[in-house]
Amino acid sequence: MRFSLPEASTGAANVDWLIGGLLLVSAAVLGLVFFLLFFYVIRYRHDSPIRRGEIAEKSFRFEITWTIATLAVFFGLFIWGSMLYVQAYQPPPNALKIFVTAKQWMWKVEYPGGQREIDSLHVPLNTPVELVLASQDVIHDFFVPAFRTKRDVLPGQYETLWFTANRVGTYHLFCSQFCGTGHAAMTGSVTVLSGPDYQHWLSANGTSGTLAQEGGRLFIQYGCSGCHNDHGTVRAPSLAGLYGSPVPLSDGSTVIADDRYISDSIMYPREQVVASYQPVMPSFKGVIGEDDVVKLVAYIESLGSEQQP
Amino acid sequence: MSDLAIPQQQYAPAREQLSYLQDGHSLRSWLLTTDHKRIAILYMASITVFFFVGGAAAALIRYNLILPEGALRSAETYNRLFTMHGIIMVWLFLVPAVPVTLGNFLVPLMIGARDLAFPKINLLSWYLFIAGGACILWAILAGGVDTGWTFYVPLSSDYAMGHVTLAVVGVFITGFSSILTGLNFIVSIHRLRAPGMTWYRMPIFLWSLYSTSVILVLATPVLAITLLLLSLERIFHVGVFDPQLGGDPLLFQHLFWFYSHPAVYIMILPGMGVVSEIIPVFSRKELFGYKFVAWASVSIAVIGFFVWGHHMFVAGQSAYASVTFSLLSFFVAVPSAIKVFNWLGTLHKGYIHFDAPMLYALGFIGLFVVGGLTGLFLAALAADIHLHDTYFVIAHFHYIMVAAWCQHILPGCITGGRRSAGACIRKWSLAPLRC
Repeated sequence: MRFSLPEASTGAANVDWLIGGLLLVSAAVLGLVFFLLFFYVIRYRHDSPIRRGEIAEKSFRFEITWTIATLAVFFGLFIWGSMLYVQAYQPPPNALKIFVTAKQWMWKVEYPGGQREIDSLHVPLNTPVELVLASQDVIHDFFVPAFRTKRDVLPGQYETLWFTANRVGTYHLFCSQFCGTGHAAMTGSVTVLSGPDYQHWLSANGTSGTLAQEGGRLFIQYGCSGCHNDHGTVRAPSLAGLYGSPVPLSDGSTVIADDRYISDSIMYPREQVVASYQPVMPSFKGVIGEDDVVKLVAYIESLGSEQQP
Repeated sequence: MSDLAIPQQQYAPAREQLSYLQDGHSLRSWLLTTDHKRIAILYMASITVFFFVGGAAAALIRYNLILPEGALRSAETYNRLFTMHGIIMVWLFLVPAVPVTLGNFLVPLMIGARDLAFPKINLLSWYLFIAGGACILWAILAGGVDTGWTFYVPLSSDYAMGHVTLAVVGVFITGFSSILTGLNFIVSIHRLRAPGMTWYRMPIFLWSLYSTSVILVLATPVLAITLLLLSLERIFHVGVFDPQLGGDPLLFQHLFWFYSHPAVYIMILPGMGVVSEIIPVFSRKELFGYKFVAWASVSIAVIGFFVWGHHMFVAGQSAYASVTFSLLSFFVAVPSAIKVFNWLGTLHKGYIHFDAPMLYALGFIGLFVVGGLTGLFLAALAADIHLHDTYFVIAHFHYIMVAAWCQHILPGCITGGRRSAGACIRKWSLAPLRC
């Protein structure tokens, strides 16, 4: 029987130290309060003959002391917790991107190479992995206790989560946001494989084409190519070299064309219209499922990388 | 100031009066009463009923968890049970618990008034509470709700099968009961204090109740509006929160927690007030640092409005927002710590009597400190990522809510208002227990 959670990611130990630190502070405060409580209650019980002497009248000094002491300790804990949190929100640029779609009540995982699986995720050892999370229906939450990480998976919005697994093994994956009748059964596993094992696993599960290639087929199938190609009938912005570059919008602002922006532009094309273009694109909300959107995004990303030398 | 404006007839009359319990025995005399003590007892009886319904749900939740596969064998039943437990306990029990029972009973006595400022509105708020409670019970009897007490969209607006609208309407109606009660207390405390009772001479319980009332009046309307929008979305498919309809699910969470976090302070502040009354009485000493305890209540109420985002650290709000909310959440813990230290200061060099209320109050300190310290784990961002949505959170708020509640309303009832500045000790101190 094991009493501790395995630490299987580089961030896990940091979080455990923080929780340990909090435990220490809490134990100290709890010890102080309980000691004083029992000490006073016994020493100053009403039939105790002990002389009370002068009762502390001026409370101002005490009040200021414990207010400032509490504030200082809390501020330290705040800084510690926030620094780790901010780290957990900044994926390294070279992270391996894996797409996860949640729906009642399963996890669908898609790899850049086109591999797919359900309720299970395979990641390579010691490699930063960035998960792009989207939900098909309600709010879910991707929780891997061994990595000490979790993130809500929202419908209509991309969330990302990154970690570097540093221990080979199979770990639990839970949905930790109540999502309906089958919520408790919406579990899965995360398997960490060493580099060669991972490559082997990828090729053993090889498919007809990579995510981007499948996206390319969908790009034609859904009619995107009709307008977004250079010789289109309607004037629409070219998507070559788009990924990762700044896009000027018609309201004067600029956004970076990341996964979320591209997904939003497919689902809600009239929200962020590119400057000097007409808002003529129809919404594909309800037409294209989240798992296909992921492929389109991968395709558009591949266009970007091909254009740049 | 406001003392000058008090009309003559609001002082307690000198002549002997019938006790509120003797003054009529018919059902009518109870259901149409405008007497604050009788209304307090009406509330007491009704929240006790709801407490047992919610408690039964809790017992069934535990029963299901006896076996790994679930003793109830049905996920649907289980989901409905914990939703029912949450909704009933939060809105029909914890939020009203102390203000409407002890508050109704004690506010007029403590400020030396004959009744609350608006006795009829007081009765109206009980009827609203009952109407709202009936809606919620109806929703349960009709088959239940399975969204969890937080009604997160789009689960509650688009996907859940249960009687969400009915339950939401019930919560909406009880909200008006809360608003009216809060309003009544605020006006009473401002306008009906006995001559010479300045703010700093008020019993400390009134400070916490006043802070609670401010939250009730300011936060509850936000919940009401949110639930109204949720119902509109569910019934008429108006897109507000559901992304399918062009809404934003995070907007719902922001609005919901803008009420529901301060609501936590609605539940705990009056309890702190009760404990701040009991400890001095049974230590035979003045409360240590009265002004600090009083202003701690006010600052909890004020800062409590700006910490709702700590329910959303992993929900997809921006990292900047999370960092800000984390800092503010640590800040709101400071006044609570101040209170605990002042209670300890009160015990120092006292003559401590171990009557039942005092034992409860001491137990409250222990539980509250554990509940408060576990809160630090959840306010620290990186730790919260791991602990969020787990049993750690459940344990944290049950420490504060359930245990603290049991530890303060019981002694509160036992002590009644034995000590209230200026008001004499009365026979009714044990009365709430007799019914």
